[in-house]
Amino acid sequence: MLLEVEHLSTEFATRGGVVRAVDDVSWDVKEGETVALVGESGCGKSVTALSIMRLVAAPAGRITAGRVLFKGRDLLALSEEEMRRVRGREIAMIFQEPMTSLNPVLTIGRQMTEGAEIHLGLAPPASRDRAIELLAMVGIPDPGRRLRQYPHQFSGGMRQRMMIAMALACRPALILADEPTTALDVTIQAQILELMKDLSRRFGVAMVVITHNLGVVARYADRVNVMYAGKVVERGTARKLYRNPRHPYTLGLLRSVPRLDEPRRERLAPIEGQPPDLTRLPAGCAFTPRCAWRVTRCPVDRPALAPVGDGEHLSACWEAVHVGREREAVR
Amino acid sequence: MLGGRARGPRARGRPLSGEPLLEVRNLTKRFPVGGGLFGGAPGVVRAVDGVSFSIARGETLGLVGESGCGKTTTGRCILQLERPTSGSVLFEGRDLTTLDETALRDVRRRIQVIFQDPYSSLNPRMTIGAIVGEPLAVHRIVPEAAARARRVRDLLSRVGLLPQHARRYPHELSGGQRQRVGIARALAMEPALVICDEPVSALDVSIQAQIINLLEDLQAEFGLTYLFIAHDLAVVRHISDRVAVMYLGRIVEITDRKALYDDPLHPYTKALLAAVPIPDPEIEAGRPRIVLGGEVPSPLNPPPGCVFHPRCPIAVDRCRRVIPDLREVKPGHWAACLLA
Ligand SMILES: Nc1ncnc2c1ncn2[C@@H]1O[C@H](COP(=O)(O)OP(=O)(O)O)[C@@H](O)[C@H]1O
Ligand SMILES: Nc1ncnc2c1ncn2[C@@H]1O[C@H](COP(=O)(O)OP(=O)(O)O)[C@@H](O)[C@H]1O
Ligand code: SF4
Ligand SMILES: [Mg+2]
Ligand SMILES: [Mg+2]
Repeated sequence: MLLEVEHLSTEFATRGGVVRAVDDVSWDVKEGETVALVGESGCGKSVTALSIMRLVAAPAGRITAGRVLFKGRDLLALSEEEMRRVRGREIAMIFQEPMTSLNPVLTIGRQMTEGAEIHLGLAPPASRDRAIELLAMVGIPDPGRRLRQYPHQFSGGMRQRMMIAMALACRPALILADEPTTALDVTIQAQILELMKDLSRRFGVAMVVITHNLGVVARYADRVNVMYAGKVVERGTARKLYRNPRHPYTLGLLRSVPRLDEPRRERLAPIEGQPPDLTRLPAGCAFTPRCAWRVTRCPVDRPALAPVGDGEHLSACWEAVHVGREREAVR
Repeated sequence: MLGGRARGPRARGRPLSGEPLLEVRNLTKRFPVGGGLFGGAPGVVRAVDGVSFSIARGETLGLVGESGCGKTTTGRCILQLERPTSGSVLFEGRDLTTLDETALRDVRRRIQVIFQDPYSSLNPRMTIGAIVGEPLAVHRIVPEAAARARRVRDLLSRVGLLPQHARRYPHELSGGQRQRVGIARALAMEPALVICDEPVSALDVSIQAQIINLLEDLQAEFGLTYLFIAHDLAVVRHISDRVAVMYLGRIVEITDRKALYDDPLHPYTKALLAAVPIPDPEIEAGRPRIVLGGEVPSPLNPPPGCVFHPRCPIAVDRCRRVIPDLREVKPGHWAACLLA
């Protein structure tokens, strides 16, 4: 196993109370595989990634429990110095808005060569060649000229290509991509997704793709973790999870989106209500108020993530067995 | 008028009278840019370039295209928030481009806008009740205070909010609830036409579906006409009767929903449809990927000939020279492609 997140919990102290942004979450990533974290805004996807990188903003934010084993080492137990070597070199991160992680007053060349010089110990001419090679690899035309330009001279799609190039610069084993195509138009999104898929295959880099887009997950991920209110509520291979969702939330999400490959429906089927306030989570299943399958124990008893069917497919729902059956009956 | 609670699926086949509520003819909007403080050569952004379409009463026209293609500018030109460079905008028989601000006041009651980010369009210091009630007072639609409070309650309930929401402030609501406030405020004016500019783009998928259903219910109940601007092709297919596809300031294809999605004629429409990922891994695995290369060129310096030719997978030499007209390729199905 390349990455094992075990019982991770991260909280924020806010004026409204303690936000349990990530609440006892466990999942893993194998070498070279692509794992998705999917769920709606505020469910804890970004905080999970930031916790892995140990970039949660203190003092308000705090990792309160758990382990993050990367190649067997617990990242949460490393010194800050050791952690700096992990970031960028062994685990790289790509964000939705590259501008926030680029320095607007430095040329692309400076920003790209810096990492290679620090982390890989390359001398300036070699690091420049490496930067040109990387930009060409991610499909940026005329890379030599592009190195002398500033971030604002790049389009959104080109900036994201550059982020991918920078992420690959130190040949990491894992890339955490947080909504990498959310800000992009659909044709550019398709280009970037193809690029990421191709590069991760070629270099055997494992990927964690964080997104709210169910289509992106379907195109891209080997395995999927569905998050709701700070917890993983369903996990499985992409194929099994989409074919037969076993958590009412996953099922609800899949039913609520209009699909181009199916006949147009007369009416969309939303999930009624809204996600819960993370400072006031119920004792039981956080999805209860919105759930059509709820039974008496749901609001008081919290269901654990447990296997349904085979051991690869897990759901945190008391009614998981019926949820699957119900869907098959409907189909 | 506002009594009706949530209802079942809307009846299909809304009566569409033949005469259009809105007719946009040859609309063009150019923005002079550059040469200012931040340098850059002076130039002209061709934001909207000769756009024509009409919308019948009770109909929904979807307007899709990638960011920067001119969707919002088209909406703003209809409202005369931007004065068009040329072209006409006929609404209920009058050309809005010829009206002065006083005459437009009344028109702007009849045309309402719902924005992508309701937060930036809601005054943070006003309660929800005041936000929805204010236009009723200003336009003297319901001048009397007690009656106005009742109307606000009715409107809030009609869009799925509770009476107690009237006392809250925008920041105390979720994104979906704020969008409901934006809809209630638009509805308060009893508009004929509603320009929905990316109304669900910022919302989570489960909430998107709630808002789309609400918009459909309100249309059926009040006979509203929608110009529905969005970049999500699946959402546009769901809500629209007809669809126009824009690229670099121009309409490249326009027809009814079924024809556009079942039988797209323009290579750009085809590429857009192929690029949308389908939420099904088994379908995705077997799907040929016509990934469109390149990026949208700058509207400061649009390509000659067909503006799509640099990215077009089927372009021929002629495409670089000849600007294709929007032609009726099949009955009721218009496309701006030399090869369509
Ligand atoms: N710095 C912070 N201070 C307080 N709360 C935060 C902070 N960062 C995130 N949160 C809260 O943690 C929860 C999870 O956030 P996040 O992981 O960003 O969600 P998402 O799934 O959209 O990426 C949210 O409720 C968010 O409001
Ligand atoms: N006030 C303005 N000044 C200069 N350019 C503008 C202005 N408003 C819009 N534009 C440009 O016009 C084009 C169309 O913009 P817009 O209508 O907002 O597109 P869309 O809504 O389809 O994303 C873009 O290139 C945009 O940068
Ligand atoms: S545990 Fe109960 S409330 Fe939660 S998802 Fe399952 S059925 Fe619904
Ligand atoms: Mg996030
Ligand atoms: Mg816009």
